Amino acid sequence: MNETDIGAYGVPLAMLAGAIRVSTPFLFVSLGECLTEKSGRINLGLEGTLVFGAMSGYAISYLTGSPWLGVLAAGISGCFFGAIHGYICKLPKVNDIAIGIAMMLFGTGLAFFFGKPFIQPQAPHLPSISLGFWSDLPQVQSALSINPLFLVGIVLAVFMWWAFKNTRWGLIIRMTGDSAPAALAMGYSVDWVRFLATTVGGFFAGVGGAFLSLYYPGAWSEGLSSGQGLMAVALVIFARWNPLACFGAALLFGAAGALGPALQSVGITQGYYFFNAAPYLLTLFIMIASVSPKRSLKGAPGELSITK
Amino acid sequence: MSAFTVSRRTLLKSAAIGSLGLTTGLLTRGSAQAAGDLTIGIIYVGSRDDFGWNQAHAVAAKALAAVPGVKVVEEENVPETIAVAKTMESMIELDGANLIFATSFGYYAPFMVDTAKKYPDVQFRHAAPLWKDGDPKNAGSYFGYLDQAHYIDGVAAGLSTKSNKLGFVAAKPISSVLSNINSFTLGARKVNPNATVQVIFTGDWSLPVREAEATNALIDAGCDVITCHVDSPKTVIQNAEAKGAKTCGHNASQAALAPKGFITGAEYKWETIYKQYADTLAKGGELPNFISGGYDVDFVQNTPYGAGATPEAIAAADAAKADLRAKKAYYVGPLKDNTGKEVIAAGVEHAPYDPWIDNINFLVEGVVGSIT
Repeated sequence: MNETDIGAYGVPLAMLAGAIRVSTPFLFVSLGECLTEKSGRINLGLEGTLVFGAMSGYAISYLTGSPWLGVLAAGISGCFFGAIHGYICKLPKVNDIAIGIAMMLFGTGLAFFFGKPFIQPQAPHLPSISLGFWSDLPQVQSALSINPLFLVGIVLAVFMWWAFKNTRWGLIIRMTGDSAPAALAMGYSVDWVRFLATTVGGFFAGVGGAFLSLYYPGAWSEGLSSGQGLMAVALVIFARWNPLACFGAALLFGAAGALGPALQSVGITQGYYFFNAAPYLLTLFIMIASVSPKRSLKGAPGELSITK
Repeated sequence: MSAFTVSRRTLLKSAAIGSLGLTTGLLTRGSAQAAGDLTIGIIYVGSRDDFGWNQAHAVAAKALAAVPGVKVVEEENVPETIAVAKTMESMIELDGANLIFATSFGYYAPFMVDTAKKYPDVQFRHAAPLWKDGDPKNAGSYFGYLDQAHYIDGVAAGLSTKSNKLGFVAAKPISSVLSNINSFTLGARKVNPNATVQVIFTGDWSLPVREAEATNALIDAGCDVITCHVDSPKTVIQNAEAKGAKTCGHNASQAALAPKGFITGAEYKWETIYKQYADTLAKGGELPNFISGGYDVDFVQNTPYGAGATPEAIAAADAAKADLRAKKAYYVGPLKDNTGKEVIAAGVEHAPYDPWIDNINFLVEGVVGSIT
């Protein structure tokens, strides 16, 4: 085993591997949230959407035998949750954050209710693409066995970054998010744009959930998400509403999550509670570092209820 | 059945008025059970299909339901709050349960203790060693020494590994987890002195993403056999199997999850205890307040060997099972912990059920890991 024992170098490698494995749900949820927030609304319910997406994706994959149909089903169920949020927030005097919390509880509760029969069965998993064939080290090979959804996520991030800047749709969404009166003056329905942005954002979050149950860790259980959807919402603020930065932030969070187990596996066993808390500490520090009472956040959409 | 329930409830009311009614109530219960009427309520903290702790109880509940004259009522996902007291009351009042199994640690105090005081003619049993003198006489504890089955896992794993590195994904560094890790290590090193066990603590009972990360980290560090002590071992076993590592199970049978690499697994056999209780009540006897045991009384067992177990491993594990049935000690001095401190002096040994084992707060030599 000596030739494959890479000692302390295992830690950065494990963090890279962890970043690739763990980041995908963060990436999808944060891209969905980024889209929604760019249009001027906050959807805190994406945690519930993530959990429900994980459940429905697993269930459909199990019932049809096709994991990709499961991903689609997860996305569609995510759309449904996004649409409910979008519709309710259209009504007068409704607070989007309160609705988001309600949708989060609704989504998780509904997923637990319908998910009961799917805890035991084993559903077909999504395949992975092996990009580590050039290396002899099994650690590198396993680090670079990548799920197609991860690549889709990267493409999506780049596309959104480009589209916000260069397309008419991107402009409309940004305008709705920055100044509702301007959008109204231009003849766009603010409510309709936000409804669509929330619905599509829900689709992304649902797909992120399908990744959890169909690839990694790869089974539907009730403790599956453990708050990842909520952390992804915080991540959007850290990424300053920039889809490319969302990708970087998702990788960072994934790597932070891998730190605890990786350090223990090379023998640094003291203080693992601290290292296990790394992603949460990171969230906290980001919030402290990025918030100032003197100015509103750079890059924040002007219509967001938290910045108004 | 319904006539019996009505009369029992009437007696319950009289029990509330005076102790005379209480005595009559107890007598009536005894005679009713002699007629073969026994309703048992079982309460789970999670899902019955979790491939873990709850499933182990659910499997036993199913076996119990097959016993003639026994009716089993179950409720899943009952939180460790006042909700469990309500569940117990509804099982007693609506289903006429005469015996309640509360299977999660946090159900005991104050919920089960208080309900037991309120319904003195119903028997309550709880799956953790918490009952002590002074607690209600109609309550009690039952528990299995799963560390003995982990010892068998270790023996089989020690002879099934090629890299001599075994991995253990553990939830929290509390005594019952530590004694499972130690037993696994002692078993492995008894048959393979070169074996080491690397431990990763995830910090909580159910964190699927971190459990998967820990499994991957252990395999990347060279471990080729993975086992765990977490609530639902499904994630760990599945991910290890997908990466080609062998696995040992925990709590219930996970053999179906790892057709290629499953060696064996440590399982509770609650069925033995549940059937004993049902049998005692059917004969009109009194239930013990506290029972616990391991291999010798058939309270724990190992999953049938899977494809990952080598023939030598099977032979050695079968021999070790015979030793445990004869209550032979495996905590034998001289033994050091993994910091080099002597924990058992030469010539001293701690046989199964020695209270010393219940208070383990160290990791034995051969474990790579730390409890802080």
